[in-house]
Amino acid sequence: MSTAALEPKTEKTFRKVAIYGKGGIGKSTTTQNTVAALAEMGRKVMVVGCDPKADSTRLLLGGLAQKTVLDSLREEGEDLELEDIMKEGFRNTLCTESGGPEPGVGCAGRGIITSINMLEQLGAYEEEQDLDYAFYDVLGDVVCGGFAMPIREGKAQEIYIVVSGEMMAMYAANNICKGIVKFAEAGGVRLGGLICNSRNVDREADLINELARKLGTQMIHFVPRNNDVQRAEIKRQTVIDWNPECEQADEYRALAKAIDENEMFVVPTPLEIEELESLLIEFGMFN
Amino acid sequence: MSPESASIEALKEEMTAIYPKKVAKKRNDQIMINEVGEEDAVPEIKANTRTAPGIITQRGCCYAGCKGVVLGPTRDIVNLVHGPIGCSFYAWLTRRNQTRPPSEESENFMNYMFSTDLQDDEIIFGGEKKLAEAIREVYDIFQPKAIGVFSTCPVGLIGDDVHAVSRQMSEELGINIFGFSCEGYKGVSQSAGHHIANNQLFKHVIGNGQEVPEGEFKINLLGEYNIGGDAFVLEDIFERCGITLLSTFSGNSSIAQFESSHHADLNLVMCHRSINYIAEMIEEKYGTPWFKVNFIGAEGTAKSLRKIAEYFDDDGLRERVETVIAEEMAKVEAAQKVYRPKLEGKTAMLFVGGSRAHHYQDLFSEIGMETISAGYEFAHRDDYEGRKVLPNIKMDADSRNIEELTVSKDPEGYREDRAEYKKAKEDEGFEFSDYKGMMPEMKDGTLVIDDISEHETELLLKRLKPDIFCAGIKEKYGVQKFGIPCKQLHSYDYGGPYAGFAGAINFYEDIDRMVNASVWKHLKAPWAG
Repeated sequence: MSTAALEPKTEKTFRKVAIYGKGGIGKSTTTQNTVAALAEMGRKVMVVGCDPKADSTRLLLGGLAQKTVLDSLREEGEDLELEDIMKEGFRNTLCTESGGPEPGVGCAGRGIITSINMLEQLGAYEEEQDLDYAFYDVLGDVVCGGFAMPIREGKAQEIYIVVSGEMMAMYAANNICKGIVKFAEAGGVRLGGLICNSRNVDREADLINELARKLGTQMIHFVPRNNDVQRAEIKRQTVIDWNPECEQADEYRALAKAIDENEMFVVPTPLEIEELESLLIEFGMFN
Repeated sequence: MSPESASIEALKEEMTAIYPKKVAKKRNDQIMINEVGEEDAVPEIKANTRTAPGIITQRGCCYAGCKGVVLGPTRDIVNLVHGPIGCSFYAWLTRRNQTRPPSEESENFMNYMFSTDLQDDEIIFGGEKKLAEAIREVYDIFQPKAIGVFSTCPVGLIGDDVHAVSRQMSEELGINIFGFSCEGYKGVSQSAGHHIANNQLFKHVIGNGQEVPEGEFKINLLGEYNIGGDAFVLEDIFERCGITLLSTFSGNSSIAQFESSHHADLNLVMCHRSINYIAEMIEEKYGTPWFKVNFIGAEGTAKSLRKIAEYFDDDGLRERVETVIAEEMAKVEAAQKVYRPKLEGKTAMLFVGGSRAHHYQDLFSEIGMETISAGYEFAHRDDYEGRKVLPNIKMDADSRNIEELTVSKDPEGYREDRAEYKKAKEDEGFEFSDYKGMMPEMKDGTLVIDDISEHETELLLKRLKPDIFCAGIKEKYGVQKFGIPCKQLHSYDYGGPYAGFAGAINFYEDIDRMVNASVWKHLKAPWAG
């Protein structure tokens, strides 16, 4: 990647990354902090929020200042331009939010499909954008076809799953892997690794390392729990923006570097439920 | 085994040979060689089950059954379709249901098509607001007495609550508004939609009319949809006989007639499949008995009229019925003299509906034509084998998915006298709640096929070469490419009415014109070897 600035950009150097994981695990926080670190490294990054709540770019933009793709589409109709839905955030990161319906109505999945198609139509991924990365921050689990949109053919090629040592988070990660297998067969999507967003569970790193091994992947980084993340969030900032000197900023830099240098892309081997449960027993969760 | 039945057996084998093993096994249970035993015992046929994927079926969808069949023919309920425009447009007046408003000023919305025309935007953000706006708009322009809201597939997927919106708008506008969860994908065929339509009409409309209509011998005619004007013919007959028709479900009908239908002394059921639920529920709630009639075919019409007269047990009525029959049969017999010699010995096949494949066999036999194979698109086992098998029909998950209303006696409206009258009649041997089904009335060795596929249709045409095939628009042109005329019995092509005595004469004439047309001899292109 260090030669990217010297050589003309080819298709290969533009990496499309999707972040999945159980709801509330910290996908948006992790994504934005990692993106901030990548931007600091000089990478040109676009973030596509795929959550109806439209809060995937808040820390990069310094607030919920983004008008979503779907809202703009409703109001502007056919006259929509890329500038209407894409804003520059921290260190020239490009931020866009799909948006979607309020809870309990309509179809958020269909919204994501429409929104990603619209971004493509408007040329968000074209060469002139000069992107190194596009990050899709996707809501929760792969609950329906719409939420799998970012990993369909021609979209994200690599996936990172945010997980913790808590049982339900691991269940969700395993479930997402099942989805990846399906799309890996049809398209080219691969799993790049698990990001452990620590919840201070006992032997958490060992547990996630073992889960990663069983899934045929790696724990790409262990992000320790640190309240600086929340302190930065209150200020609507990433940790790197808020206090570049703090320890947690280095953790995200390490994660960004690991992703940037990652060469391990696999079709995961999801576990049977019994296997997953015995893993938890082995690592003492039920003792 | 006779050589004839051996060849039918071989044809059945040929039909299923092409299918994968599992599908073949299923189709094998849906293709029956008829055999009528003692007490009308017939072979058990598999019906009302899912069509195997890949098979080209005749079936329609749940929405078609609900909106298109049952509610479509009513003129003064606005049928508002909540969904993309195609669901409305392609279900608009295709069944040729006719209506005759009492005056020029009377409401008639059947020429209109109402749709919320859902767009991508509403699919994503929900369509309830647009539905409420559409209802308001309909009200502002037309001020109808009632609006029915029909759910299409995407509405079911995004979970718009059409019932809640209907309720709210009903309160706001002060008119009767009710929803139907008749998403196209529900159930195995349009049959699910009939049931849903029956339920909602029963819940929201029937019984709302407090005033007791005047008249003698009050009846409702259930399951007659006035295709090509059938209901007009029957209305005329009833009038001449002095029978008071309160309502028809739903040919040439109005909501006011539905609302007061529970005041009838008797319900007559024509299309058993699509409407028996209402007949049963009215009886449970109001004590009105029902029996099956068939006004397709002159003989059937005469028989049904006599049964009505027998039910009311009134000499004057009996006399009028006989007079009408005598008058009409004279014309019918004269027509039969003309057409029978031209059609005698010819063969027909009927693959249509949930009653029509049965009813029209009578019409054909009146002109000497034999039905050599028949089947329904969406019927259940009772329509084939008779209601006697009802206790033995296993409810599968697809059927359970359709709401079954729990109905009890109406504390004020239940008529004990009707129930007692029925009981006394039953003791005399009079049959109520009866339907013997199609198979007991078909000859041994005929092929009865449920949910026939395109492939099976082609084999029937090739091997048995009928003189006419009756089905719908989807089958019509495929059949005619075999040089065999195809009569549409969903829409009657451009013809009809075919009900009653006058309708029978019409039918003889139309069939003669189709079967004896010389065009079929010229089907082969001159250059084709």
